[in-house]
Amino acid sequence: MLQAAAFYILAGTAVISAFMVVAARNPVRAVLFLILTFFSAAGLFVMLGAEFLAMLLVIVYVGAVAVLFLFVVMMLDVDFAALKEGFLSYLPLGGAVALALVGILSLTGISWVVSDTAGAALQTPVPPDMSNAEALGSILYDRYVFFFQLAGLVLLVAMIGAIVLTLRHREGVRRQNIARQVQRRREEGVELVEVKSGEGIG
Amino acid sequence: MNDFVTEFGPVWGTALAVGQILAFMVVLLLSLAFLLLMDRKVWAAVQMRKGPNVVGAFGLLQSFADFLKFVLKEIVIPAGADRPLFILAPLITFTLAFIAWAVIPVAPGWVISDINVGILFLFAISSLGVYGIIIGGWASNSKYPFLGALRSAAQMVSYEVSIGFVIVTILLMAGTMNLSEIVMAQGGGFWNWHVLSFDLLPWPVFAITIPMFVIFFISALAETNRPPFDLPEAESELVAGYQVEYSSTPYLLFMIGEYLNIVLMCSLMTVLFLGGWHAPFDVAPFTWIPPVFWFALKVLFLFFMFAMVKALVPRYRYDQLMRLGWKIFLPTSLVAVAVMGAVVVYSNAS
Amino acid sequence: MSRIAQTLRGAALMDFWGAFGLGMRQLFRPKPTVNYPFEKGRLSPRFRGQHALRRYANGEERCIACKLCEAVCPAQAITIEAEPREDGSRRTTRYDIDMVKCIYCGFCQEACPVDAIVEGPNFEYATETREELYYDKEKLLENGDRWEREIARNLELDARYR
Repeated sequence: MLQAAAFYILAGTAVISAFMVVAARNPVRAVLFLILTFFSAAGLFVMLGAEFLAMLLVIVYVGAVAVLFLFVVMMLDVDFAALKEGFLSYLPLGGAVALALVGILSLTGISWVVSDTAGAALQTPVPPDMSNAEALGSILYDRYVFFFQLAGLVLLVAMIGAIVLTLRHREGVRRQNIARQVQRRREEGVELVEVKSGEGIG
Repeated sequence: MNDFVTEFGPVWGTALAVGQILAFMVVLLLSLAFLLLMDRKVWAAVQMRKGPNVVGAFGLLQSFADFLKFVLKEIVIPAGADRPLFILAPLITFTLAFIAWAVIPVAPGWVISDINVGILFLFAISSLGVYGIIIGGWASNSKYPFLGALRSAAQMVSYEVSIGFVIVTILLMAGTMNLSEIVMAQGGGFWNWHVLSFDLLPWPVFAITIPMFVIFFISALAETNRPPFDLPEAESELVAGYQVEYSSTPYLLFMIGEYLNIVLMCSLMTVLFLGGWHAPFDVAPFTWIPPVFWFALKVLFLFFMFAMVKALVPRYRYDQLMRLGWKIFLPTSLVAVAVMGAVVVYSNAS
Repeated sequence: MSRIAQTLRGAALMDFWGAFGLGMRQLFRPKPTVNYPFEKGRLSPRFRGQHALRRYANGEERCIACKLCEAVCPAQAITIEAEPREDGSRRTTRYDIDMVKCIYCGFCQEACPVDAIVEGPNFEYATETREELYYDKEKLLENGDRWEREIARNLELDARYR
């Protein structure tokens, strides 16, 4: 009972806030609704018994990615009202696409049959005496370690690419070198001179 | 909590669980009141002042007087503010600060929710903490709060990375993500605490864990917006940063949330590095004292260090802060994770 | 070489530990705080605080309405009106000081030929409304009666430097 209630609350929140992402007039509020969607998805993961995935979703998407979204939306001066101007004229087309998608999804949903032996036939059955973090780790770092490393490499290339594209070395900019500043000694900076009156220094 | 339900039935079990949570919250808030006073007293003493000493003996009741004052004042909401979000922001900060405490084990078995991914849960909740600040700063519709919120967001996201790697280092050593089990592994004397861990592994891993402890401490300062990293609320530049437009109870919620996060970071350090509730020696006079006392003592010590840092260290410039986070802490902790992983793998293999 | 030493010093937080030691020493030093409402600092005899109008020993008010103070007051905080009394002596009918305007320069007491207007040692007269800070002659004379002993002693102590 309690579980069903929790599921419907979380699922309902997810669907409603996903709708609000599109419907919200204020872009910052849209991003906040997006975060709420992530959050309820994380809750659904917990209910499935995948608490590791749920935490990762919160940490990576809510804690880091969405913050950057929010950053961009808050900083950019985008006139969203102008962007949404043609919204109504595209409504019939968009509605048709959405209806078609719903139709396809519900067709698969209705005709979906899970065979009784599917659990056993899984390539990697979930071991009963393991937490799901361990289970995930033993698959990712054992069987699929090569693909895992490959994915990491792709991300690294993407990161380096982004840096290379945006890095510009401007000439004539004075930069701070903290190590050198801290290293400076009194003897290098201060010179004591005997100043004769009426003559000054050289 | 589930234990209660299975033992006393659904109604009484739930009531007991809620009662336990409420009791824990009250204890937390009460200790927070005195920790706040301690913060101010230490800060004052280093500057050769006396600090608050009028309300109650030695000013012991000062926090309660402040509390009354905050609650009784008028709530001012700026005209151009986004009202729902403006009210929501302090609530988010306050609630998140409390939620995180659910998985902190203060003594053997004294934990509200003993979940398997406790440390990940903590990390997730602390990464959410930035939202209260961002939303508050944005909803104020004012320049200083907005700048404070931007600074805070960038700062917290940056330092979360190194905090994450430090946590991974400790996880590799402990081999579990359950906080109680992490503490359990550190029993037997202070040389088994993770910060030293002389006996745990055959290699001198304290060469890694001590720097990791320092990195975690400094990152925790940045994560909780404490001086010397209090740029989001740097007084001389941004007045009070994201809190400028807040008054009365919403401000109080922000402040309680902020200080609860500080104490949370202290207890997280205690759990991960300083052996949690374990006594420094596993012999007679030390084991008589209840474990929760040792936990409180360690948290108190770390909080004292937080207060001393606030009193001693001048504020960082923003680019220096970013340099420290990305160019020093991140590579160091990354190398530490790699080395620690190698150590664990080879000590398990042999 | 010195570069390595520098890095090691930074990594070991040597600067912080130095400051920490200093902080711990400060922590246990006696505090110079004056516990204000219960303890007070010493005031100089020349301290310029709340204004007062003095009287002679026989109860006659000193002020002769020469209006020198009104003239010298840089903030124009003093307002005086005067008429001859029935006995023929020249006295004020009105002597107002706007304490909100006053800058406590002390020119009025320097200007006074009969030591009538003085700035006494009292500095704790904060009020809840502005109106209470618009002093009239009655209030000033009352101040004089209340603080006469301190004022007289201060004048005496300061007399040999004048």
